[in-house]
Amino acid sequence: MEQLKTIGRELAMGSQGGWGQSKEFLDLVKSIGEARSKVEEDRIILREIETLKRRIAEPDVTRRKMKEYIIRLVYVEMLGHDASFGYIHAVKMTHDDNVSHKRTGYLAVTLFLNEDHDLIILIVNTIQKDLRSDNYLVVCAALTAVCKLINEETIPAVLPQVVELLGHSKEAVRKKAIMALHRFYQRAPASVAHLLSHFRKRLSDNDPGVMGAALCPLFDLITADVNSYKDLVISFVSILKQVAERRLPKAYDYHQTPAPFIQVKLLKILALLGSGDKQASGHMYTVLGEIIRKVEMSSNIGNAVLYECICCVSSIHPNTKLLDAAIETTSKFLKSDSHNLKYMGIDALGRLIKISPDIADEHQSSVIDCLEDPDDTLKRKTFELLYKMTKSTNVEVIVDRMIDYMISINDNHYKTEIASRCVELAEQFAPSNQWFIQTMNKVFEHAGDLVNVKVAHNLMRLIAEGFGEDDEGADSQLRSSAVSSYLGILGEPKLPSMFLQVICWVLGEYGTADGNYSASYIIGKLCDVVEAHPNDITVKAYAITGIMKIYAFEVAAGRKVEMLSECQSLIEELQASHSTDLQQRAYELKALLGLDSHAVQHVMPLDASCEDIEVDKNLSFLNKFVQQAIEKGSQPYIPESERSGFSEVGNFKTLNEHENAGHGLRFEAYELPKPVPPVNISPAPHAPQITHTIPVSEPSHPREINQNPNPSSSADTSSANSEIKLQLGGVPMKWGKPAYSSSSSSSSGTISNTANGVAHRDAAAITAASQTRDFTYNHRRQQVEVSAEKQRLAASLFGKSSKSEKKVPSTNKASKASFPNTEKLAAKPLPAAEAPKEKLSNSSPQPPPPPDLLDFSESSPSIPAPEDPFKQLEELVGPSAAVVPEAHDIMGLYGLNFSPVTPANRNSEEANIVVANKKGPNLRDALEKDSVARQVGVTPTGNNPNLFRDLLG
Amino acid sequence: MQAWNKIHFVLLLSRQGKVRLTKWYSPYAQKERSKVIRELSGVILARGPKLCNFVEWRGFKVVYRRYASLYFCMCIDAEDNELEVLEIIHHFVEILDRYFGSVCELDLIFNFHKAYYILDEILIAGELQESSKKAVARIIAAQDSLVDTAKEQASSLSNMIAQATK
Repeated sequence: MEQLKTIGRELAMGSQGGWGQSKEFLDLVKSIGEARSKVEEDRIILREIETLKRRIAEPDVTRRKMKEYIIRLVYVEMLGHDASFGYIHAVKMTHDDNVSHKRTGYLAVTLFLNEDHDLIILIVNTIQKDLRSDNYLVVCAALTAVCKLINEETIPAVLPQVVELLGHSKEAVRKKAIMALHRFYQRAPASVAHLLSHFRKRLSDNDPGVMGAALCPLFDLITADVNSYKDLVISFVSILKQVAERRLPKAYDYHQTPAPFIQVKLLKILALLGSGDKQASGHMYTVLGEIIRKVEMSSNIGNAVLYECICCVSSIHPNTKLLDAAIETTSKFLKSDSHNLKYMGIDALGRLIKISPDIADEHQSSVIDCLEDPDDTLKRKTFELLYKMTKSTNVEVIVDRMIDYMISINDNHYKTEIASRCVELAEQFAPSNQWFIQTMNKVFEHAGDLVNVKVAHNLMRLIAEGFGEDDEGADSQLRSSAVSSYLGILGEPKLPSMFLQVICWVLGEYGTADGNYSASYIIGKLCDVVEAHPNDITVKAYAITGIMKIYAFEVAAGRKVEMLSECQSLIEELQASHSTDLQQRAYELKALLGLDSHAVQHVMPLDASCEDIEVDKNLSFLNKFVQQAIEKGSQPYIPESERSGFSEVGNFKTLNEHENAGHGLRFEAYELPKPVPPVNISPAPHAPQITHTIPVSEPSHPREINQNPNPSSSADTSSANSEIKLQLGGVPMKWGKPAYSSSSSSSSGTISNTANGVAHRDAAAITAASQTRDFTYNHRRQQVEVSAEKQRLAASLFGKSSKSEKKVPSTNKASKASFPNTEKLAAKPLPAAEAPKEKLSNSSPQPPPPPDLLDFSESSPSIPAPEDPFKQLEELVGPSAAVVPEAHDIMGLYGLNFSPVTPANRNSEEANIVVANKKGPNLRDALEKDSVARQVGVTPTGNNPNLFRDLLG
Repeated sequence: MQAWNKIHFVLLLSRQGKVRLTKWYSPYAQKERSKVIRELSGVILARGPKLCNFVEWRGFKVVYRRYASLYFCMCIDAEDNELEVLEIIHHFVEILDRYFGSVCELDLIFNFHKAYYILDEILIAGELQESSKKAVARIIAAQDSLVDTAKEQASSLSNMIAQATK
């Protein structure tokens, strides 16, 4: 507090610090800068919000003050707080006549408001006026606001003026008008459909900036409709050629590359236009070849252009010469030390293998290195590449790798993505069903709750249907292996719900099929599942149905069934469950146990989940029941079409039948309540009763009854659903194929042997496969033998592995192994070298930022913020003064063109080094700033001594 | 049609994870913004040196680059050219450097509104609108001088009024 006061005094004394804002604001920024935690920061901001609310509402706030308040609001909003109370003042500020105020107003509204905000309507008028202003800067400010704020509704209000501005004398205005029009096109394509020719016209604008801006909308337009722009191919090619030949003004050069951003944009457009068009592509070959030849590999921007060339080459009609050049560039990327370039190389490889799949082989060692790189980004990109190059020969290795990686990460978004990729690859290329099931087990175990439900249903179907060939032995072998693997997995804690559902279903269906496990053992396990997941209704439902099936099979086989005590208590518990679905299943199980073995056999036939099911759409088996009901005095059923909009209260059966008439599940929204509200409520309590009575009274139709595939058995059933079930099947047995055949409920559902992606099965393939898998497993554990592992990995990924290829990974490994050492060596002396400097400046020693390849900072001497700038100034100003004039030259040229500085080093990195080394004036600048800052009261605290560091230093 | 915006947002974060500048070109609600910043600063600030300057994030890509203690981040679509965006960042920084004269974090802290004006001249609606540093510098200078003359005019006017009403 004391400190703050002194600072305040300093400020009051007039050391303005050159920032032109009020002391209050400087204090705010400063205290935020020094806040040690997010909580503290939030507290400061909340206080600031209170202050601003009060101040803004005061009468007679001067415009100048208001401008500052608005900037403070921007600051508040930037830090993630709500400043909506001040939006209206920002809007008012845009009406101001003073250009400076107006600009602030526009800045604030573009930051505050989204296009759908209510206040926008208040700005449109001002914007209209400002677009007509004589001052082109006002017009620019208005156009910037137009880009952000004008929505579909307000486009017509400004459109004519924006179009008019396309012909403005100032290029800055024309450029912004194009961007605004582009924005309109994005918002509402129809609104500017008649104006699209303007974009073409602006392509031949005198100003390269305007031309460059026109490429943005053209790119969008061409993406949407390639064919209408084929005539522009030649223009684009000639523009690109001119750009590459440095015909544009020097100002557009960037790090000695001629207008690279325009080149990139043009290459993107050409890629679109040349895709699948031999003739159009033909025009591009020469210029592409020239660019690839000319562009410097040494600068980052050059590589950006090269990468775009590769994208273009891989997109247009292939040309061998260009492809070779692209492949060569790609391999340069891959061999680079820079992670960024490796990343781009992997991406480029992914594009090129679409055209010539063989090229991946050459780069196997690089790919494997990237795969094992500690950099997550690079790893993911490599997985993307592997995903693209998966074949049936390498699917096992790739998917295993993917799963290992999937297990190791926490990022749910990516986990879902990689899980679904694994599933996709496994379904597409699985060498054997057993492998498929094992892979699925792993995916489910680790990402079960993230994958799509369909995947679970596919897995159940695969287990039920087997290979789609008549090989019963293999099918049952598959099932028993699934059962035993599931029984093993069940012991593990925290299995995802989806996976448990699959397990319960498989155990119920096939748990006792091979005779290896006793019924009571399986039932015990299923009871354990329920016990372990008291809150998961779906899993419970699957489990109880599984138990029911096991009992049914036992009864049908004529064996004596003993009810386990835990199962008994489970049933009792579920009979009182809050979930009607669970209740119903429990009652069903109880009812089933009371039936004789013959009836049970019909209700629950063994291994019948794949049987075709005939659904009697007319529900003729209910005739008798309906007849009885009518005899007892019920109303006859009136089809929906004949109904006059109301039915009699109390007759819920009629209504049920009505609901049933169409589908099992209704996807349309609920209709408005009909004039019979009580009817809808009454059926639910009746449900269980009917469950009891119907199976007994209709014993002659068990087949149809049990084979009604219940559409909702997997989903948690609402009361409406159970209602429907009652009518449909008579006995709502949760039997058959839960869920995956859901859609077949209303049609005469024939569960065909849908292709499950696995075409054939070869016993030899399986053994070989499992061997390789064991193989890879084994040596993944033996990390010591990395090189051998890599060799094998390369062999399994890329198929062939000739001797020469084997050599590559091993040497590569060697070089890789030596990397960490050299890195450490390189890293160690660095801090040591910097230590004296830091002592000199006696700032709190912060470890120097580790060198970043692309940030050029490796070469830059770190200039820590000095604690005592004045002393530093004395020391430094003298010697550096000599450098000043020359350095000023550099700064003058800086950014335009580096060549005068280092004509020999065309390499921009080196150019930067030169600048960094001659940091004389910069250091002095920084020190001056520092002293100014100290006067203002901002001190580089231990928190962040880097505040004053040159960003480019 | 796929994504409209080339650049979805620009973030400037300090090494401590403090926000120095944010610009959102795609609509994000305020809550969402805070979440994005929290998530990204967790990911980016934790990354070691020598790694890629790109991070895959929610199906997008974030290109970042560190300058002294400040991280410049731009979020782009997954298919975009990362290297180019890396250079757009550098382009921005070089222009800032020119404007402030060896720019440092503190300049941006106190002059964030100016940084906004400059950014508005480089990117518009998430697209690069001007790749010539000279052109950007010219228009920014014009704006600044205009503001100055306006101020002078205003003050001289008020002086005149003050004197007239004396």
